[in-house]
Amino acid sequence: MTTTNHPAVEKLRTGISSLDIIAKGGLPKNRTTLISGTAGSGKTVFAVQFLAAGIARGEPGVFVTFEEAAADIRANMRSFGWDLAQWEQEGKLAFVDASPDPHIETFEAGAFDLGALLARVDNAVKKVKATRVSVDSLGAVFSQFSDQAMVRGELFRIATALKAMGVTAVLTAERTDDHGPVARFGVEEFIADNVMILRNLLEDESRRRTIEILKFRGCDHQKGEFPFTIVPKGGVIVIPLSAMQLSMRSSNVRISSGNKDLDDMCGGGFFRDSVTLVSGATGTGKTLTVTQFLQGGATNGEKCLLLAFEESRDQLVRNATGWGFDFEKMERDGMLRVVCDYPDLSGLEDWLVTIQQIITEFKPQRVALDSLSALENVGSLKAFREFVIGLTSFIKHQEITGMFTATTGSLMGGDSITESNISTLTDSIILLRYVEMFGEMKRGLTVLKMRGSAHDKAIREFTIGKGGMQMGRPFRNVTGIIGGAPMHVNPGDVERVWTQYDKAIDRRRPESISGT
Amino acid sequence: MLYYCNRRAQAQCRLFTGCAVSSDNPLSRREGRLSKYVLTLYVTGNSPRTKVAIDNLNRICGQELDGRYELEIVDVLENPQRAEDERILATPTLIKQLPPPLRRVIGDLSDKEKVLLGLEVRPTTNASSQTRPEAK
Repeated sequence: MTTTNHPAVEKLRTGISSLDIIAKGGLPKNRTTLISGTAGSGKTVFAVQFLAAGIARGEPGVFVTFEEAAADIRANMRSFGWDLAQWEQEGKLAFVDASPDPHIETFEAGAFDLGALLARVDNAVKKVKATRVSVDSLGAVFSQFSDQAMVRGELFRIATALKAMGVTAVLTAERTDDHGPVARFGVEEFIADNVMILRNLLEDESRRRTIEILKFRGCDHQKGEFPFTIVPKGGVIVIPLSAMQLSMRSSNVRISSGNKDLDDMCGGGFFRDSVTLVSGATGTGKTLTVTQFLQGGATNGEKCLLLAFEESRDQLVRNATGWGFDFEKMERDGMLRVVCDYPDLSGLEDWLVTIQQIITEFKPQRVALDSLSALENVGSLKAFREFVIGLTSFIKHQEITGMFTATTGSLMGGDSITESNISTLTDSIILLRYVEMFGEMKRGLTVLKMRGSAHDKAIREFTIGKGGMQMGRPFRNVTGIIGGAPMHVNPGDVERVWTQYDKAIDRRRPESISGT
Repeated sequence: MLYYCNRRAQAQCRLFTGCAVSSDNPLSRREGRLSKYVLTLYVTGNSPRTKVAIDNLNRICGQELDGRYELEIVDVLENPQRAEDERILATPTLIKQLPPPLRRVIGDLSDKEKVLLGLEVRPTTNASSQTRPEAK
């Protein structure tokens, strides 16, 4: 239909980079876009941010407010780092304050139109040479006047006039229900060319914000809902999952896991931009694997970031010291940063944005997260999956090596919710398992999956001591370790099974060749 | 006949024919101290609705205020900043600045009763003995 070189409708890069991704370049230029959402869904923040991002790009704007007084908006938006009053002084922003004045009694005596409003908007646009206009919100106009048909007609006239002025406009509207009609009065969506929906849903006792582009007349956009969050000093940040995944690169450079034996099992180490999931029951050595991974990075001159959601900083340092690793020295050298926090402090979208900010600022080459399972209960399963997708693609995009841990519920075998939900998103999976043998708990390690590389398929025994993880022999005469019911087998039986298996393969091979 | 008593409003006079400035009315001198009405009418250009509003206001003022008023007409297309300062949305909008309280009447003023209600004027023509209706 349309080619990317010659789009039918020109897009205006909003400057809200994450939005530009899902909008495939920005909002349609010189058109009106309706932003509809329930109370508290972030409409006003979005409307102001649209102008703020424009002003940052040297595009002045006009804010038309029907609901909150201009003074209130100036005060409220200061927490986002947007100094509207300053911009007004510099002639980059103009307010058209059309909020109702409760002190003046108004009577309606005959037919009227909103000619004065239109004249004011036109005046403000000319005054600051605006290219962007935000109108917040349409519903409040309806409640100011009794003649709904007149208001509808006038809003349509204003929308048409905005296009004639050559500005790109964002109009907000309320809706009563997150999945009901587009907007309260049922006509708002026909006033604008494009419609975007902001949702603020309550899922499993936590709030989840999403943004959806419902229609873009005559141009392309990404479909479906995208999670977003509103952060101080930043405003709306959309998390464009699919877009991030598409742009991932792939590296063939191998890096050390921090343990020579584990490197060998992985076919020479992890890939530079890979994400490894370490799964195991409590006490199997997940945090140790992470610690080795960080030590391996620091030894190699790579900056490492540890995001710890289970243990305090002191505990981590003490444990590391016990294994013979000096976290404090690594921190002093600037090779390591440890971020410890309670996972429930904020929502998963906020965590993602926070972590992205830390990574952008610290620029680590290795990131370890211990553990994902601690974050699992912060939001819904969907939100959790999106968090992992978001984080995985973000660190891969930066060519950072990642290691996440996941805790299995049962001591023996089993898998965790974390694991079953995100295993497809990770490049490598290392399983750590308890193996009960003759009244003793041994630990086993296997590399379950290693994308793009050969790896050791054996389940190896390992011990933990000073210096970390010492890899031992494979459990050749035990079966059912991963299933959680290890059974000791006579070495003679093992030998016979393997011989028969080899024979079966030998027998099948010629048939399959002749069959094709 | 329209009365343009505000100097600023004379700029808008050319919109309408037959304008004159007059305050030399014996009645207004006598009663002006007590209840002089200061009115501003905001309109959009020289549209039919503007004409209707001005005609209606003229008639009502002529009948009910008997010259005890100053009227300024502001065209928001020519002077949008004044509409901005007064936060006017609708046109026509009639603002009664004096006597207090400040009141707004929007519309083409065809509903005389509502206009009088908004201006807090007691009708004299046919119901002079009635008490003033309570404002909503």
